[in-house]
Amino acid sequence: MTQQTPNPAHIEYVTRIGDNALILGQRMSEWCGHAPVLEEDMALANMSLDLIGQARMLLTRAGQLEGKGRDEDQLAFLRTEMHYRNLTLCELPNADFGRTMVRNFLFASFQVLLWERLLASSDTELAAIAAKSLKEARYHAQHAGDWVVRLGDGTAESHERTQAALDYLWPYTAEFFAANPTDEAIAAAGIGPAWSELEAAWEAAVVPVLNEATLTVPARTPFKSYGKFGRHSEHLGHLLSEMQYLQRTYPGAQW
Amino acid sequence: MERKEWPLWEVFVRSRNGLDHKHCGSVHAPDAKLALQVARDVYTRRQEGVSIWVVQADHIVASDPDAKPELFDPAEDKIYRHPTFYQLPDEVNHM
Repeated sequence: MTQQTPNPAHIEYVTRIGDNALILGQRMSEWCGHAPVLEEDMALANMSLDLIGQARMLLTRAGQLEGKGRDEDQLAFLRTEMHYRNLTLCELPNADFGRTMVRNFLFASFQVLLWERLLASSDTELAAIAAKSLKEARYHAQHAGDWVVRLGDGTAESHERTQAALDYLWPYTAEFFAANPTDEAIAAAGIGPAWSELEAAWEAAVVPVLNEATLTVPARTPFKSYGKFGRHSEHLGHLLSEMQYLQRTYPGAQW
Repeated sequence: MERKEWPLWEVFVRSRNGLDHKHCGSVHAPDAKLALQVARDVYTRRQEGVSIWVVQADHIVASDPDAKPELFDPAEDKIYRHPTFYQLPDEVNHM
């Protein structure tokens, strides 16, 4: 096996995709035992586990690229929040079922586009992860999108709550497409798309569904979030303190 | 507050190609499309199936349990209806 010199942009890019999956998977798993109906409880738990499965593969890959012997567990449980590279959207609280579904729809629609492009990645490991994950993301986008339509175009209360969820979450989606040097280096190396390239296709995927749901798509504002650059909201620390508790308290514990 | 229950859907899963769909349980869902999705999440998460049918439970017409004697007992002594008098070749499965 040849170990090439670590490419920081490559590590950063794979870590970012892995952290998105890990943090949203952890966040969504909070629904386990609390969803409005048993059927959705299982659907949400299944989707969380899909994401955590993706995170395991991606963080394992990031650890290989880094070449310092860190595995998926060390990356998941022993990094502090400023070393996480997930989108801020993924760490926001679940709030109600409507916001959970709107977030899943906005994020899964983005993931679908990203995985489609990563099928052709020059990193063959990443391309293989994309092939597996794309199927999962398509189901997540379908399921959440169907819910967004039913809630948005449902009762007066469900419409109001779903619109409020969209108004709250929409500003955080600007971060998906924020340009940065990592993306440029990755695109140049043929590893994956610069995320800014995905914006038009993402809007073309989500806006018709939001329209069908009778929701008003908010205008873009100057608001910026920076989770993928390691500057997170106050919510990530609380999430990590719960997720990392066991490894922090009993270092090296296994079960 | 008015609470409306979602309708009940009966779920049938085909475990692999060539076999029949078998009834495996039921789910509550607001409509057919979501019934299929939640049936997938509840009943095929351990690779149990390659195809799912859902049928709204109201649409199933069932026999009356009290009518069991007249419906089923008369078949009891019609042994000649069983194809047990033939030698089947080993290659014939699922009979």
